[in-house]
Amino acid sequence: MKYQTVIGLEVHLQLNTKTKAFCGCSTDFGKIPNSNVCPVCLGLPGSLPVYNREALNSAIKLALAFDCQIQEHTKFDRKNYFYPDLPKNYQISQFDLPLSRNGYLNIYTQGSAKRIRITRVHLEEDAGKLIHEASVSLVDFNRTGIPLLEIVSEPDLNSPGEAFDYLNSLKSIIEYLDVSDCDMEKGSLRCDANISLRLSGAKELGVKIELKNMNSFKGVKDALTFEVERQTQLLEASQELVQETRLWDVEKSITVVMRTKEGAKDYRYFPDPDLTVFTIEQSMISQARSQLPELPQEKMCRFVKEYGLTEYDAKILVSSKKDAQFAESCIANYPGKDKKEMVNWLIGPLLSESNLRKIKLHALNLDKNELISLIGFVQRQEISHLCAKNILSQLIDTGKTARDLIQEGNLQQISNVDALSGVIEAVIHENSKSVSDFRAGKSNALMYLVGQVMKKSSGKANPKVVGDLVRRRLS
Amino acid sequence: MELNQLTAHELLEKLRAQQTTPEAILDSLYARIQKIDPKVKAYVRGQADRTPTEDRHACFLLGLPITIKDNICTEGLPTECCSKILQGFRPPYDATVINKLKKSGGVIFPLKANMDEFAFGSSTENSYFGPTRNPWNLDYVPGGSSGGSAAAVASDEAIWALGSDTGGSIRQPASFCGVVGLKPTYGRISRFGLIAFASSLDQIGPITKDVQDAAILTGLISGYDPGDSTSVNQDVPDYTKSLTGDIKNLKIGIPKEYFIAGMDTEVKMIIQEAVNKLKNLGALTSPVSLPHTEYAVPVYYIIATAEASSNLARFDGVQYGYRASSDNLIQMYKLTRAQGFGQEAKRRIILGTFVLSHGYYDAYYLRALKVRTLIKQDFDKVFGDFDCIVAPTSPTSAFKIGERAQDPLSMYLSDIYTISVNLAGIPAISIPCGFTKKGLPVGLQIMAKPFNEALLFRVAHTFEQNTDWHKLKPSL
Repeated sequence: MKYQTVIGLEVHLQLNTKTKAFCGCSTDFGKIPNSNVCPVCLGLPGSLPVYNREALNSAIKLALAFDCQIQEHTKFDRKNYFYPDLPKNYQISQFDLPLSRNGYLNIYTQGSAKRIRITRVHLEEDAGKLIHEASVSLVDFNRTGIPLLEIVSEPDLNSPGEAFDYLNSLKSIIEYLDVSDCDMEKGSLRCDANISLRLSGAKELGVKIELKNMNSFKGVKDALTFEVERQTQLLEASQELVQETRLWDVEKSITVVMRTKEGAKDYRYFPDPDLTVFTIEQSMISQARSQLPELPQEKMCRFVKEYGLTEYDAKILVSSKKDAQFAESCIANYPGKDKKEMVNWLIGPLLSESNLRKIKLHALNLDKNELISLIGFVQRQEISHLCAKNILSQLIDTGKTARDLIQEGNLQQISNVDALSGVIEAVIHENSKSVSDFRAGKSNALMYLVGQVMKKSSGKANPKVVGDLVRRRLS
Repeated sequence: MELNQLTAHELLEKLRAQQTTPEAILDSLYARIQKIDPKVKAYVRGQADRTPTEDRHACFLLGLPITIKDNICTEGLPTECCSKILQGFRPPYDATVINKLKKSGGVIFPLKANMDEFAFGSSTENSYFGPTRNPWNLDYVPGGSSGGSAAAVASDEAIWALGSDTGGSIRQPASFCGVVGLKPTYGRISRFGLIAFASSLDQIGPITKDVQDAAILTGLISGYDPGDSTSVNQDVPDYTKSLTGDIKNLKIGIPKEYFIAGMDTEVKMIIQEAVNKLKNLGALTSPVSLPHTEYAVPVYYIIATAEASSNLARFDGVQYGYRASSDNLIQMYKLTRAQGFGQEAKRRIILGTFVLSHGYYDAYYLRALKVRTLIKQDFDKVFGDFDCIVAPTSPTSAFKIGERAQDPLSMYLSDIYTISVNLAGIPAISIPCGFTKKGLPVGLQIMAKPFNEALLFRVAHTFEQNTDWHKLKPSL
């Protein structure tokens, strides 16, 4: 590769605290516009902010999950700019003494682990929402003052794919901590990206382009992919890039200029005199630490160790906290000696049901005891594996028990030689080519013939018995 | 004596003895206002509905009315900071101090007191509604920015009043109008509902006819407020118990930096007499030094304007107040602010925006914060050895209306003795201590350690009980 891509991400995360960052208003989403407001979040003259300790606690938890250093002394600053969704025309944010710095996040990308450094995590307040109509623009201040965490990464990401993997890892940790809804469509997670290209091996960073307005993780990936292409073409044509902010146009799948460096704003940060410098006591940090759940990476390592999963399989199971909980409860309750049997069901048939239905594993409406019971039938060779997969689907659809479904469908596996020999004769008769192939030594032909018998018996035949019978019949 | 001429504590006695009613007190105030406010102009926006008083008779204040500066939020009553840009703003909530007064049985006087726009000024000439006049001589300014509150109290158009003090805005007009004014310790009184000028310096405080009233009113409005992170959780003593009349062996420092060239010689003599009086009453006085005093004015005009430039950003025509019409957002912002703010407000917004700008922040704002610490340390050192510091409140008595209006620097210098106190966050009181030959009042300033308001009241009360300055009334 001639050029190296360098990407840093800036994620804004709405915390799911009960009340706003600096007042007692509710943070409920979807309420009538301008109903979750008070003099403080409306920035009415004379009102004063008081910081929300719950938000601070969530912020500390997330910072600890990234192994960030928590600052002993921290403060809030005012970021001054005029915009109609910002009722005070300044945002309470953190500038030179952010809550925490110097953490990292391990991501799995293209089959291997990579450490992405986190520059800082700080707390600030969200702005309101503008609604543009034909002749007027309206402001909804319900969102104003909702606590927002800004998570800034170092430029350690080297491809749009890595950025995508970083976002998914981030989301997974946030879900585990239960500090945010993490819903990009609802705007509870937002992401801006900085991207530059440089000649491979070069030390100096290239000209930085800031990308905004991406509404999904895929959008981030697509916008970055477009930018890599655009910047490569410009560099190849020996054209100079200018530092600028560009907007992702999802309809046209292109980025367009929003403002250049000359238009960059001077936010005139200074310490908010309404909120004095405060100390984060060790007790607050240790309390937050004690509230940390087992995080995805730890869980993955444990799954590998305790249940003999491969890293790959474990990673799939732990990416969602609730899925991991469901999976673990299935594995733990599985009575068989070989837990791998259950694991194979989880990452095989169950995951494909989940993907097919676009429903999370844990939300499939499947009772783990029925899954265990179903696997039992297979283990005892009372039903075939193929048949069991069908029953799994029905379990999810109907909510009936595995036993009832097997009985209703008369699906008990046929292992009886007499019952099977008729079908086997018919199959041999209809597939003379495969028969001669088998006799010529092609073992695949046997599999085909067994498959035909299974098909004719509506999946009820015991494939192992069928295989033995066919082999004996043809030898 | 008419009811409106009495002090609050005198009226409280009468109310308790059922010798008068809140309605009678309001009547006397309205009669007085009708007669002389067209000359003094202490109040703004003219007649207002009378507030019903019935429901408050049971509590401590028994329905006694209190006059409020136009920058303190009063639910449903116009609160405009005497600025066009807040035209029509009626807050949907009460400031914490207003809440406390209502709960104590006080009646919020429905007319609000005049002030320099957003408290930017030392003469009340910067009001959108025009200047207030000094009751002792109508050609002179009442001081500012709480000039309306001070003039109303001095002219018996108010029983007592609340003002706010960012760099002297209570003490200097109290001094110019011959009344008592206290700037409490930063954090003593909640700022919730005080429309901010400079958040790290602003404090609400009382303007009263005598020290006892100041002690009562301070006690009623003090205390921690969970709605104001900068208010301090410290017990509020019964300040009236500090009025013992005894200052024997009290150690008083007289800062040499407060008696400098350019100070009015008449004022200097009056202050020296007052210091002698304190000595005669048993206090021990010695010269002390506050070496960083000369930096107070520049430091103040950096910090205060920086904070103000951000605090005033919200006045943009979007949600409330004045809005200039335009079909373009940026143009609407520009026109609203160009038409809504007065000269001084614009000057301070521009200055404050400049000192916070990229490339200038370190040289101005950051350096000012450092010098502010030095100024505070000056006081800490002196208070290691002294109980309080006594100095003039202002280098001159009241000046003529228009005299300094075109010269902001000379106007800024009239706060030269009051500004350090705000920068250090300490409490200070101004009390009447004499009159110039022209018959204009002069104020004596007493400063103490943080949260030592009780001591200020004790010293001020002792001085007051042994002088007659506070009993003199202007002839209007």
